[in-house]
Amino acid sequence: MVVIKSGCFLLLALLSVSLQAAILAPDRAEVLYHSYQGGGMKIDGPAVKLRKKASESVALTAFYYMDTISSASVDVLSTASEYAEERQEAQLGIEYLHNKTTMAVNFRQSDENDYLAKSVSVSVSHDTFGDLTTVNLGLSYGDDEVKRNGDENFLQQAQHYKIRAGLSQILTRNLTAQLEVEAISDSGFLNNPYRTVRFIDPDSQAGVAYQAEIYPNTRNSFTSKLSASYYLPYRAALIAHYRYFSDSWQITAQDVEVLYRHPLGEHFEFEFKARQYQQTQAEFYQDLFPYRDAQNYLARDKELSEFSDITLGIGATYLLPETYQLFDWRSEVSVQWDYIQFDYQNFRDPTAQAAVGEEPLYQFSANVLRIFASIYF
Amino acid sequence: MQKQLKNLFVNKLTVLALIIISVTGCAQLGVEPWVKPYERQNLADPIMLRARHPIALNHEAHVYEARESARGAEGTGGGGCGCN
Repeated sequence: MVVIKSGCFLLLALLSVSLQAAILAPDRAEVLYHSYQGGGMKIDGPAVKLRKKASESVALTAFYYMDTISSASVDVLSTASEYAEERQEAQLGIEYLHNKTTMAVNFRQSDENDYLAKSVSVSVSHDTFGDLTTVNLGLSYGDDEVKRNGDENFLQQAQHYKIRAGLSQILTRNLTAQLEVEAISDSGFLNNPYRTVRFIDPDSQAGVAYQAEIYPNTRNSFTSKLSASYYLPYRAALIAHYRYFSDSWQITAQDVEVLYRHPLGEHFEFEFKARQYQQTQAEFYQDLFPYRDAQNYLARDKELSEFSDITLGIGATYLLPETYQLFDWRSEVSVQWDYIQFDYQNFRDPTAQAAVGEEPLYQFSANVLRIFASIYF
Repeated sequence: MQKQLKNLFVNKLTVLALIIISVTGCAQLGVEPWVKPYERQNLADPIMLRARHPIALNHEAHVYEARESARGAEGTGGGGCGCN
């Protein structure tokens, strides 16, 4: 019996928790400016998130996000010219709390001039075991329309199904852990319609020619994440996660992140983050194919290659003193900066001056900036 | 591919079943909640939340989703594309 009980404790120790599932989260408004710059791309824009309780058991959420994209990435420069575009995303959600169970429905739409994505998701979470444990389940369905600028006859579809489950667990008065799993099934047109693969072509002056990528029309993936938050004795938090991913394209990936958050006085919070990610390549990926139509499926998208990246991030939050708060609403302003270094193991830089297939391996760094304000009302 | 999809969801259901059995099994074995509500003030401190700033976490997930093949279990409901 002792062994069984110990096993249960150990198993619970591997599972996860949400502390606020029995009450709805507080009303909140957030406004964000975001910027990503690296690898020849600059993406920035605003975002707004609003959450308001209609009653003690119903809350509404709204989210708006915009990307303004200017791209001269290595993929673009090797076969095309720099472009600019916009993406806008909107989400509307409703949450309903009944006793210890929270149900939520969320609608999302993302719109670019050549890509329209719509999705709906539902989720349920329930507190149990003296509120030490929270179990949650979620489903979502998405439908995409893919177009190609400059080709009015091009129109493709893709569908996405997701199912996820999570378990949160309070382990001690200072430690919580969470286990999340998610399965995703995609079908339809999953390529980027602009990207090409390169192959050796002795008849070409450059010795290389290009053809369109061809991806399988299905992809299934499974992801598991284990995370934990630990409260340090001097009021600081240590938060970590490990995530493992695998899919039917033979890609496996894992990432690990550690975040340390440290309040200073009554009005400042600082955080420091390190994250490492690595993945293997898709089975149909090659940097340089030996000839045209070398395989049934062809990819040279660097996101499908073998690579790793490391993120180092810092952040600061200033909690406004009461004298500066509008209507006595608790208010904060924050800034976060992430530096990300990408290193590709089998994606070469085709813009480099070198013989075909002997170019240096591609690498680049990116700077990500977030400046935002949060008001609780 | 259908077989892979089937295996994927069988794996999923197995994990869920293990989770449910472990929780209900421990309760049946007489394991009591060991952290009382009045002992949870440290856990309720906002600094303990990875999603301390939900709008910033949305953006973080979107940045990674557009540049890495891994997806899922972000705890944010996923981001958009913006990756053409």
